[in-house]
Amino acid sequence: MSETRERILGGIRNSLSRGHLEPRKEAELRARLTAPPRNLVPARATALDDRQRVELFVAMAGEVQATVTRVSSLTAVPEAVARHLAAENLPAELVMTLDRDLYAIPWDSWPLLRIRRGRAEAQDRVSFTPCHAAIAETGTLMLISGAQSPTTLNFLPETHIVLVRSDQVVATYEDGWDRLRAVQGTEGLPRTVNFITGPSRTADIEQRIELGAHGPRRLHIVLVEDELDGGK
Amino acid sequence: MLATSRNFTAAAQAGLANDNLQRALGLARTGFPLRRRLAVERLPEFEALREAGRAIKDHTLQYLDFYIEFYESQVVASGGKVHWARTPAEACAAVLQICRSVGAKIVTKGKSMVAEEIGLNDFLEANGITPVETDLGEYIIQLRHEPPSHIIAPAIHLVKEQVAETFRAEHRSLDAGRPLIEPRQMCDEARAMLRPRFLAADVGITGANFLVAETGSSIVVTNEGNGDLTQVLPRVHIVVTSIEKVVPTFEDAATLLRLLARSATGQEFSTYTTISTGPRREADLDGPEEYHVVLLDNGRSGMIGTDFQDMLRCIRCSACMSHCPVYAAVGGHAYGWVYPGPMGAVLTPGLIGIEEAGHLPNASTFCGRCESVCPVKIPLPKMMRHWREREHAKKLSPTVYRKGLSVWAWVARRPALYHALAGTAARALGWAGQGHGRFRALPLAAGWTTVRDMPSPEGRSFHSLWAQYKKRGSAR
Repeated sequence: MSETRERILGGIRNSLSRGHLEPRKEAELRARLTAPPRNLVPARATALDDRQRVELFVAMAGEVQATVTRVSSLTAVPEAVARHLAAENLPAELVMTLDRDLYAIPWDSWPLLRIRRGRAEAQDRVSFTPCHAAIAETGTLMLISGAQSPTTLNFLPETHIVLVRSDQVVATYEDGWDRLRAVQGTEGLPRTVNFITGPSRTADIEQRIELGAHGPRRLHIVLVEDELDGGK
Repeated sequence: MLATSRNFTAAAQAGLANDNLQRALGLARTGFPLRRRLAVERLPEFEALREAGRAIKDHTLQYLDFYIEFYESQVVASGGKVHWARTPAEACAAVLQICRSVGAKIVTKGKSMVAEEIGLNDFLEANGITPVETDLGEYIIQLRHEPPSHIIAPAIHLVKEQVAETFRAEHRSLDAGRPLIEPRQMCDEARAMLRPRFLAADVGITGANFLVAETGSSIVVTNEGNGDLTQVLPRVHIVVTSIEKVVPTFEDAATLLRLLARSATGQEFSTYTTISTGPRREADLDGPEEYHVVLLDNGRSGMIGTDFQDMLRCIRCSACMSHCPVYAAVGGHAYGWVYPGPMGAVLTPGLIGIEEAGHLPNASTFCGRCESVCPVKIPLPKMMRHWREREHAKKLSPTVYRKGLSVWAWVARRPALYHALAGTAARALGWAGQGHGRFRALPLAAGWTTVRDMPSPEGRSFHSLWAQYKKRGSAR
């Protein structure tokens, strides 16, 4: 294998008509990798204030068939979730992550909701997860894996409900990634980072868009707006 | 995959005569281009992003050796392994060895064009391992034992009745009387059939849209979520990919991602963009225990520094084929290998040789739409011309073409004779075509007019109109 490696790398250098990079050039490229510069970022979401950014996120998420319920505090989350499940004719059963944020929600206030915490299994129908960030630019959710946050929750159940706090709404993918760099600085990246924009879909048969190809058929967002002044 | 690009002419004719194919292509002709245009119009920075995308790819190719080595070191640092492969055979062998090391029987697959390029499914089957395609389009064509006809919509050549027929023939455990009329029903059926396969798979194989040097990550973009179930459920995740997919940083990938979905399907962003780095972490509750990257060259390194280097910028969005009048007329199978349309016409001769693929760069009207929609501004028509020149120089084109070209060149070097002949032809055709504006048949040109009409000239050649225009101008 290592001989193949040398032959491929040698072939590339040969095609570029040079040997190994000069140390100075290499240092320059390494510096770019250590402190990555941003490229052109569209102005759509960057020129907005906090409130407008949240509105853009909600509008863009709606465009891709995600549904959104807006609540004023974490206290209101159990009721919002229960009502959504009832409206969609789904069982009042959730499998959710072990994140601290979710333990802070007063689930006891809605005793009919049955809750399990852990990874998703084949029979689970509804999952509930927090997110790392929500990206206004395209109505995209950014979720990360970890000891408390199994990735199967994002894909196996037919309905995925995601908790978004309004202060998690950022403008761009780069903003979301910078938040990740800040949090994970010492531990390195998580195994999986999911950018999720609406529920699963396919257009593989006659270009007709159908939701729920393999991932969730429904993506529901519960947006908690207590961080913004005057949030409703 | 075995190439049949030599048979392009016959395959194109068969495609033109295939009613189902023409119906399917009719649906495709309007869909993708319209949606792309709407998405592009919505983003004022789109043109500037194309320029940025081009610059990122050019920069990476210029230092590709450095970025790949850095990428590899980061994969290793995050607990993964890189397997280098110069040829399809080496890549297949690497995948098989990993599968065998865990005693794999069932392997799920996300859509990967590199896996098609190396003929991975046939190879695994021949070695007693069952590959299961999970992208809906790939699943359909796997059941039909057909190759993909489009790089992002592999079953675009089929109409729903054909899909229904295939499902009835292959899903024999299901009730024969079930309704299977609408795409919705077929999607649900495929979902139900594939779910147990996802759960049973020992190994999951995906491709990669991008590899990030900074972090050693692979990025997979899908709409269905099949790529995610493929990599999160089995014990082992193998990424089958190629060397030109590397970009330096997440920021660079983000720029290209903004171009990719809009160019491909006209979406603002694909449903799932997944960034995977190494195997599951120690305390994680799910995810693969092993993470392998099979990194294929297959002639790409040799394209650097040649007339064809720009082709390595390609991010496989498929905009060029979705906007190509030739592709829209004959479909993807006529191209006879993995990559159809304009990008295939340039890439295929580079990967499997101009001797096999010489027809492809000739299958172009040179209308230039492909270049005008390419998100990384690849000069596709120019490169097709380069291939044509090589084909001519190697005397691979048919004798009658080369003779005809010599005759034309001889006449074209004699302006008086050329003008006289061209003028006469234009007048004669213009006279004969009066009233209809087009010919349904022409002597000696049946090959051309059977499947389309020839517009008739307006009566005079450009040269004579130009001469008249200049005369009028000087008289004024």
